[in-house]
Amino acid sequence: MSTKLIDLQHITKTYGDNTVLDDMNLYIRENEFLTLLGPSGCGKTTTLRIIGGFEKPDQGVVLFNGRDITNLPPNKRQLNTVFQKYALFPHMTIAENIAFGLKIKGKTKAYIEDKIKYALRLVNLDGFGSRMPDSLSGGQQQRIAIARAIVNEPKLLLLDEPLGALDLKLRQDMQYELIRLKNELGITFIYVTHDQEEALTMSDTIVVMNQGYIQQIGTPEKIYNEPENAFVADFIGDSNIIPSTMVRDELVEILGARFACVDKGFGTNKPVDVVIRPEDVDLVAPGDGTLTGEVTHLIFKGVHYEMEVTANGFEWLVHSTDMFPVGAQVGIRVDPFDIQIMNKPASEDEEAVTIDE
Amino acid sequence: MIKKYAQKIYIALIFIFMYAPIVTLIVLSFNASRTRAKWGGFTLKWYGALFANAEIMQALTNTLLIAFLSALIATLIGTVATLSINSMKRANRALFMSITNIPMLNAEIVTGISLMLLFLTLRAKFGFTTILLSHITFNIPYVILSVMPRMKQLNPSVYEAALDLGASKSQAFFRVVFPDLMPGILSGFLMAFTMSLDDFIITHFTKGPGVDTLSTKIYTEVKKGIKPEMYALSTLIFVTVLVLLLLVNHTPKPKEPKMPGRS
Amino acid sequence: MNKAAVKKPESIKISYFNQKLLTAPYLVWSAAFIVIPLCMIFYYGLTDKSGAFTLENVISIASAEHAKALWLSLLLSFVSTLICLLLAYPLAMILAQKNVSRQSFIVLIFILPMWMNFLLRTLAWQTLLEKTGVINSVLSFLHLPTLNIINTPGAIILGMVYNFLPFMVLPLYNSLTKIDPNVVNAAYDLGANAVQTFLRVILPLSVPGVISGITMVFVPALTTFVISNLLGGSKILLIGNVIEQEFTQASNWHLGSGLSIVLMVFILINMLLTAIFDKNGEGNAL
Repeated sequence: MSTKLIDLQHITKTYGDNTVLDDMNLYIRENEFLTLLGPSGCGKTTTLRIIGGFEKPDQGVVLFNGRDITNLPPNKRQLNTVFQKYALFPHMTIAENIAFGLKIKGKTKAYIEDKIKYALRLVNLDGFGSRMPDSLSGGQQQRIAIARAIVNEPKLLLLDEPLGALDLKLRQDMQYELIRLKNELGITFIYVTHDQEEALTMSDTIVVMNQGYIQQIGTPEKIYNEPENAFVADFIGDSNIIPSTMVRDELVEILGARFACVDKGFGTNKPVDVVIRPEDVDLVAPGDGTLTGEVTHLIFKGVHYEMEVTANGFEWLVHSTDMFPVGAQVGIRVDPFDIQIMNKPASEDEEAVTIDE
Repeated sequence: MIKKYAQKIYIALIFIFMYAPIVTLIVLSFNASRTRAKWGGFTLKWYGALFANAEIMQALTNTLLIAFLSALIATLIGTVATLSINSMKRANRALFMSITNIPMLNAEIVTGISLMLLFLTLRAKFGFTTILLSHITFNIPYVILSVMPRMKQLNPSVYEAALDLGASKSQAFFRVVFPDLMPGILSGFLMAFTMSLDDFIITHFTKGPGVDTLSTKIYTEVKKGIKPEMYALSTLIFVTVLVLLLLVNHTPKPKEPKMPGRS
Repeated sequence: MNKAAVKKPESIKISYFNQKLLTAPYLVWSAAFIVIPLCMIFYYGLTDKSGAFTLENVISIASAEHAKALWLSLLLSFVSTLICLLLAYPLAMILAQKNVSRQSFIVLIFILPMWMNFLLRTLAWQTLLEKTGVINSVLSFLHLPTLNIINTPGAIILGMVYNFLPFMVLPLYNSLTKIDPNVVNAAYDLGANAVQTFLRVILPLSVPGVISGITMVFVPALTTFVISNLLGGSKILLIGNVIEQEFTQASNWHLGSGLSIVLMVFILINMLLTAIFDKNGEGNAL
């Protein structure tokens, strides 16, 4: 088992009346790609800034390899940050930007030269050393920001929405590039984003946050397939979230119809929320399904059709490669292992919020 | 913590430095003694005497009139100039901006004597008009420099959208573009007004005998000793502006219309 | 990956009205009241009373009296510019960090004091500085040595610093607020301490503000005749006093213009410096 590189214990941070983080506990293992995911204002950037040393928590401690670094200034920490919008030094060339940390540490000229070359090759920007930052495109600046950080051989790299300013195609390219870098360098990444797709693509572990609380920690598969509450389910991908009743173990009543499921231990006749992903809803001939409904909307999405089916007063979102025209009567069937049962949220804070991004 | 206190103390010291003379002048306006060298007890008599002093009142009228007219005309010319500079080609634009920068970067004394030489050559009668023309000249750059940033922020599509929706060119300009420029124009006007009001050097070279603004009046009084009425007048002006500023900044904008019949 | 730098799209330019009609008023005005008057200084400065070309007016700067005045002006304006820079930089840094609204800051430091006449404000320093004035009363109350700088070059420097400090603070503040806070954070993140961060990142990035501030203070300080008149007694002559006297008392416009040309050489050097560092050509004075 690998060791805890960063250990956040009971971190609380408030700005005025606004509690941004409330008694947060989180650890990051060595060599992990961990993503803090959540809507804006969820506390993910504050968490990153506390690890980076740019904010001090009101309460709690930050351990780095078991050592308390809570009050250590950022320039004394063995980690580096890739900032939102890159934050390259605009008055220095690319080479000077990359050399900055090494010069501060008093490395030899030859060593620095070597490192600049190595870093530029690593991020596929050979020969850009004498250019100025503002002559580079966003994607190129982004890669220089990464190069500038990694030449210092940090144990941990913090990335604050580094791809946020890039367009979609470039963002996807950079995602693969980041995974490659991570594997080549073998250092720990903590990545902050509000983009769930980015998080699912790159991470070993995802931490879903909302309103200063951690909602769920898990692998991308776990987060996607087994969301623990309605917020996570709603935030990660499209889903049908339906208030239902757990009749007994392995049987749930959804909109008046009984579905077999695989979950146990929720008690009997207990109100729960059920999550069913749109691609897990099977449309069959009317009468063959557990429920019967009518197709009310139909959109072609390329890979699949997106349909809305009204059944027992609920609008089901369905993704399917089979097309049913608007007005068609269809049966709805869901495989037992595709039904995810969740406890009702304990507090209002955990209620799903609408995300516009 | 220490750093925070040090910062506050530093700011306080600078502001004491900036405002100490102003406080001194306000105190002097209540000084019963005629010389500023000693304190002769508290009095309000200078405030009364002020309004009886025809020379000072005349200088005040000149000052305010010149400030208002020069700011107004400079705002007109400056705003129109900004519109034109904004749509110029790069080279012309650079030339015009350099010309605009001349009165701002050049020494006031040089601007003053250059205008004096111009009026001398034209055999113009030195007086109200020459001062006004000079003030307009040094005020235009302030207007341009405060309208220009608003102009740059402007989204050209808004104007095109107005045209697209059927507005004529001038309708589109006055209904869509102009309101957006308004804050810049207004602050340009206020800036120009203030600059004109506070100017001495250029007025000094372009004024004629018998026509005085407050600045030139004070300058001629320096050798004989400033009349205490002048302190009283300055205090009145300063306090008026201070109160106006406080009102503008601290009046909470009414969110709902007042209920009739309630007090 | 596209190797070419992504060019920023040229902003769309719209002529709202007839371009010539818009340009005309300012073109005429600036020709009549800015360009022609400047040419007249050159005309008068390079001719004698009969209208013949001469360099005598310009060369007279080398005469003992004028050279002394110019030297003193350069010295005093250099010292006061330096003091302004040293006083204003920390102030601008503190204010930039504090996120004070730009508007209220400008009003407080710039606009509001101007509503108290500048001659009176400068004169008030006499009251404050006098042997038995306010400052010395406070100093002697605290058993500190008293100041005796009224009617000395020291008083002129103080007057210059007092009058021109805002012109230094504002451009510095502008350039410091333009620095992305994360760029500063990045320096710390890469291991730089506070001093290294200041010297390698903050200071170089504020150079345009420093240059602009120096210009804004140095030119009026170099050319003033009012401050030296009000605070220096009548003994200390700066180059501004000499020129002013040629125009208002001696009525020797040719000599006055000739000396002004010399003055403008220094101003031009300043303008060139600003032009080099102010790439947008907009002037960031305001």
